[in-house]
Amino acid sequence: MKILVCITHVPDTTSRISFTDGNTKFDKSGVQFIIGPYDDYALARAVELKEQSGGSITVLNVGEAETEPTIRKALAIGADDAIRINAFPEDALFVAKQIASVAEGAEYDLILMGRESIDFNGGQVHSMVGELLGLPSVSPVMTLDIEGNTAKISREIEGGKEHIALSLPFIAGCQEPIAEWKIPNMRGIMSARTKPLEVREPTSDVSKTQVSDFELPPAKGDVKLIDPENIGELVNLLKNEAKVI
Amino acid sequence: MTALAFVETDEGFVRKSSLEAVSYAKETAGDVAAIVFGEAKDVELIGKAGASKVLHVTDERLAQPNIMAYSSVIAEAMNQEQATLLVLAKSSLGDPVSARVSIKVDAALVSNVSGLPSGDTVKRSIYTGKAFANTVLKAEKKIISIKKNAVIVKENGESPEIVEFSPAIADSDFTVKILKVEKQEGNVLLPEADVVVSGGRGLKGPENWGMIEDLAKVLGAATGCIKPVSDMDWRPHHEHVGQTGIKVSPSLYIAIGISGAIQHLAGINSSKYILAINKDPEAPLFKAADFGVVGDAFNVVPKLTDALKKVQN
Repeated sequence: MKILVCITHVPDTTSRISFTDGNTKFDKSGVQFIIGPYDDYALARAVELKEQSGGSITVLNVGEAETEPTIRKALAIGADDAIRINAFPEDALFVAKQIASVAEGAEYDLILMGRESIDFNGGQVHSMVGELLGLPSVSPVMTLDIEGNTAKISREIEGGKEHIALSLPFIAGCQEPIAEWKIPNMRGIMSARTKPLEVREPTSDVSKTQVSDFELPPAKGDVKLIDPENIGELVNLLKNEAKVI
Repeated sequence: MTALAFVETDEGFVRKSSLEAVSYAKETAGDVAAIVFGEAKDVELIGKAGASKVLHVTDERLAQPNIMAYSSVIAEAMNQEQATLLVLAKSSLGDPVSARVSIKVDAALVSNVSGLPSGDTVKRSIYTGKAFANTVLKAEKKIISIKKNAVIVKENGESPEIVEFSPAIADSDFTVKILKVEKQEGNVLLPEADVVVSGGRGLKGPENWGMIEDLAKVLGAATGCIKPVSDMDWRPHHEHVGQTGIKVSPSLYIAIGISGAIQHLAGINSSKYILAINKDPEAPLFKAADFGVVGDAFNVVPKLTDALKKVQN
């Protein structure tokens, strides 16, 4: 089976978010970048599927040269080779067009990625790629099992799950508990250094959205503490001050 | 300008988040057509929220959600109505549909939008609620996917004109088979809820969730939990609120026995009000909360439930 795993290069989940240049640029200073946590699930499942039935895993990232350590980490976890599209990921459409262009004619059986990136949280790319390639896309995928040419998937919906069957090829946006995150071992780290990482220039420069500036949420006021022996006061505050009940 | 609003239903009842989408479209565009699939018991609410027309899709094959076919039908509806704006609420169906339709009609798409637009610019939530990006939609056609509480639902609209809508759909849109849907019936859905009651490790075990459910019931709230709680199988995964779970933006979020890890705060920080109940006064959640009770959940929560019951009677 030939699997393409698309990964994002994003700030660690514990990062403090701030901006520079008049709130137009993300402040990278002191921020550690990681493989998107959802993408990491997709990669982990791809490695398991390869262990079961053989094949190859190509990892794809749309990003500038600074993302290469993140790509190398994906190679250390178990991808065989990598492609980096040498461009800043302008928006979801821009990224989807690059992925579709890599996939066209390459005959991947599966294209896996995270349900969303944890920087922009759009959750749009997998469905856009599906539409561009004329293929089904399923997200958020909690379990993915493949037998022959058919996949069985469970997808999270509001208040429950949907059980789905479909034929390969397709695109899936993954989330837990699809697989356990894999930690690269020493052999993986060593071999990742020499695995092929091809750099390609973008094939399309279409984007339809543009960030004009960033904002941080207003600072929170102090918490109003209520004595546990005076719950009536709490009810009064919720009802008459916050007006939420 | 005409806008189309995609309306979702649960067991035939219109989702409140979809009514927010209708009102958002009304505030933005002036003239609104809504599109609804399958059984719709309370179409009047769609009119009240601001739609003058409801396109009702009655094709039997679309009684259950089908992402590819719904996307084709909605794109067709945008063309028919000459709609330059599509508004929908973020959901497990709305997300993939919005992305597919954006490709079909060549539209600019922005999701997680938290308020009404200013010109072609909308404010969307990014970094899992830790920041916002003011984002320009650079195309003539626009799709806006809104977060809960992005707008107040209007209730002063007229009775809508209801029109059957049944465009031809290609067989290739029916290649994904839904075998079974597992859904807890009768519960308030987490992303829809105005009030969310969540529990953490302070509750000590799944057997103690009764008091969370009792409080939620009195408030008409949904129940949620932190990641470790769903990881330990105390609660189902779809209740996990946080960075890698559901991000909520209710009017009131009640956190019980939750210390407040940064990953959990990321999922709740667009709540209007946060109430923290925890016996540890140093719990980080108190820094994010508007109201706090330092006390034992096993003592405080039943008292709060009783007090709320009295107020409601």
